[in-house]
Amino acid sequence: MTTTPATPPPTIGSGHEGSARDQISAYFRTVRQGEMGALPAIGGFVVLAILFSFLSSSFLTPLNLANLLTQSATLMTLAMALVFVILLGEIDLSAGVTSGVTAAIFVVLVHNFQVPWLLALAAAFAAGLAIGTFIGFFVARVGIPSFVVTLGLFLGFQGLQLVIIGTGGAYRIETPEIAAIMNKNLPIPVGWVLYGVAIALAVGIALWDRARRTRAGVANRPLILMWGRLVAIAIAGALFVAFMSIDRAASRGTLNGVEIPHDAIEGVPIVVPIAVGLLWIGTFVLDRTRYGRHLYAVGGNTEAARRAGIKVAAIRMSAFIVCSTLAVVAGLFDASRIGVVTASSGSQIVLSGVAAAVVGGVSLFGGRGRLVHAAIGALVIAVIANGLGLLGLPAGINFLVTGGVLILAATIDALSRKRAGGTLIR
Amino acid sequence: MDVPVIELSGVVKSFGPVDVLKGVNLTAYAGKVTALVGDNGAGKSTLVKGLAGVQPFDAGEVRFAGEPVALHTPREASALGIEVVYQDLALCENLDIVQNMFLGREETAAGTLDEGVMERQASETLQSLSVRTVKSVRQKVSSLSGGQRQTVAIARSVLKKAKLVILDEPTAALGVAQTEQVLALVRRLAESGVAVIIISHNLVDVFKVADYISVLYLGNMVAQLETKDTNNNDVIGYITGVKTYEGSRA
Ligand SMILES: Nc1ncnc2c1ncn2[C@@H]1O[C@H](COP(=O)(O)OP(=O)(O)O)[C@@H](O)[C@H]1O
Ligand SMILES: [Mg+2]
Repeated sequence: MTTTPATPPPTIGSGHEGSARDQISAYFRTVRQGEMGALPAIGGFVVLAILFSFLSSSFLTPLNLANLLTQSATLMTLAMALVFVILLGEIDLSAGVTSGVTAAIFVVLVHNFQVPWLLALAAAFAAGLAIGTFIGFFVARVGIPSFVVTLGLFLGFQGLQLVIIGTGGAYRIETPEIAAIMNKNLPIPVGWVLYGVAIALAVGIALWDRARRTRAGVANRPLILMWGRLVAIAIAGALFVAFMSIDRAASRGTLNGVEIPHDAIEGVPIVVPIAVGLLWIGTFVLDRTRYGRHLYAVGGNTEAARRAGIKVAAIRMSAFIVCSTLAVVAGLFDASRIGVVTASSGSQIVLSGVAAAVVGGVSLFGGRGRLVHAAIGALVIAVIANGLGLLGLPAGINFLVTGGVLILAATIDALSRKRAGGTLIR
Repeated sequence: MDVPVIELSGVVKSFGPVDVLKGVNLTAYAGKVTALVGDNGAGKSTLVKGLAGVQPFDAGEVRFAGEPVALHTPREASALGIEVVYQDLALCENLDIVQNMFLGREETAAGTLDEGVMERQASETLQSLSVRTVKSVRQKVSSLSGGQRQTVAIARSVLKKAKLVILDEPTAALGVAQTEQVLALVRRLAESGVAVIIISHNLVDVFKVADYISVLYLGNMVAQLETKDTNNNDVIGYITGVKTYEGSRA
């Protein structure tokens, strides 16, 4: 499938040249230069996972892994939402309450006004869109710092939510489709089909990328690296789906040597493909479209972006709109998992979302970070809560450890940059 | 002599009561380097911002390749082929060389960025300028030296097929070796047929690189000289206002 380029490749390199070994050593060089990305967070996750699996026999069970994923999905989505504004060096302190308010709108429309659930869902998303537009307008057009605008909304929306829900009120989620997100699993064959689709997509895109580079006449990395990466993803995914296909309700024990009968709990939780899909789409947009490139440019150097003809205000607005819209998803996830929407839903989570992004390696100064970083950061924070919960430690310990991990992650990032001679800023 | 790429006559710019440009003439020719010199506050940056369409002139005539044109917005200037390489704030450090060179006009195929095509064009452009200091076009700009950054900024204007490139103090922050490299690059840029205007405080550099020297003194163009017909002392005289002869290139 290789075509000979019309002209010989240029002699200034692009980092794609050389053997697999060259490539790998080049990768480690960039890591040593302080571009650690999500490595510290991945390392932290692995260490915590090993630690907890030694301390608690229930940690490494299919049931607990499913729990961990559903526990982390809300935070993960909110952290991914925040990445869009954090990449611009902005912040959205109202993302949590936006998720709460829009979930409240949904549940009240369904309950009190008998609105069909899809229509209520559309209303929740429309509200999210409107909130994002509102924030974006005040930040990008009026010029108020996002910290101030969204702090205002953070305070105001807690009041709004009280008005919608009523003091002390709680609305049960009775829409089966929403309840299913966190509480139901994919039938095992469906899980494998989705797995196959995802792998096919990954292979297709990797091959397409190579073909495009070949056509342009520039170097490609050795094929073995591409297949190595894809095979690693395929194996990890297969292990995961297989693990999730084990009956998680099986550990009810036996009576007189006979297994106690029970309904099987098996299959990948429905929230997993939704969260992975959001991560994939968002990453595609950020990495492969002009919009994504411009977002990074504005976050890296606003003035340079402006001079390059990028509509900076429009990019700013859009980031807040994406953030608020994804916050709606987070709100629905939370409602699905908890089963109720209360007047305080979503009011606590936003700073954990920021922490997840930072732990994962996203820079609060803007311009640096990826969605997957936020997702991994959210997993780290979720695994702390999950593991300490299994050990039966008081909740206070959880906050202490999470705070410590946040500061540790920021310190590792700062030190690695300093050692490489760079500055923390940008 | 050929038709100048850019010809300003009687250009005026005021900020409220302050007249910054008081009827300035300036020409720049294809394939030539024109140095714009003058003391701090003479109005050099104001002149450049007018040419870039960032701060339009109040009055005066602008001819581009002989045709009268309006320069009211950066877009108009850019459409004509006028590019300004600013001393600072020009590149995104979090992006790599290719991404910076194509910023704002990325190549796409099927709605997604065509990285291969951009990478190739970026390499070719750098090679056409005989750039040897850059190892990989996928280096992040944050990892580049000041001279390499200037190189990327200049290459960016070449990639845009600029007809007039204005460099605002391109060597101000550079060491000796890097200054040499950038000056050589400026020469090659002119030799490729582009009209170059370079602002500099360093007369040694100016004499090394420029074909013409235009001296701005308190908003007036007091001298437009051919480098080979003048010397350091004369130029210093014009810059400081000791000499006030209105020169002509003829
Ligand atoms: N936006 C502005 N408002 C008021 N005065 C200005 C403005 N921009 C420049 N000036 C004045 O115009 C004069 C020339 O400035 P400038 O063009 O920056 O000079 P140079 O670049 O030659 O040092 C200075 O006296 C400066 O104070
Ligand atoms: Mg100046």
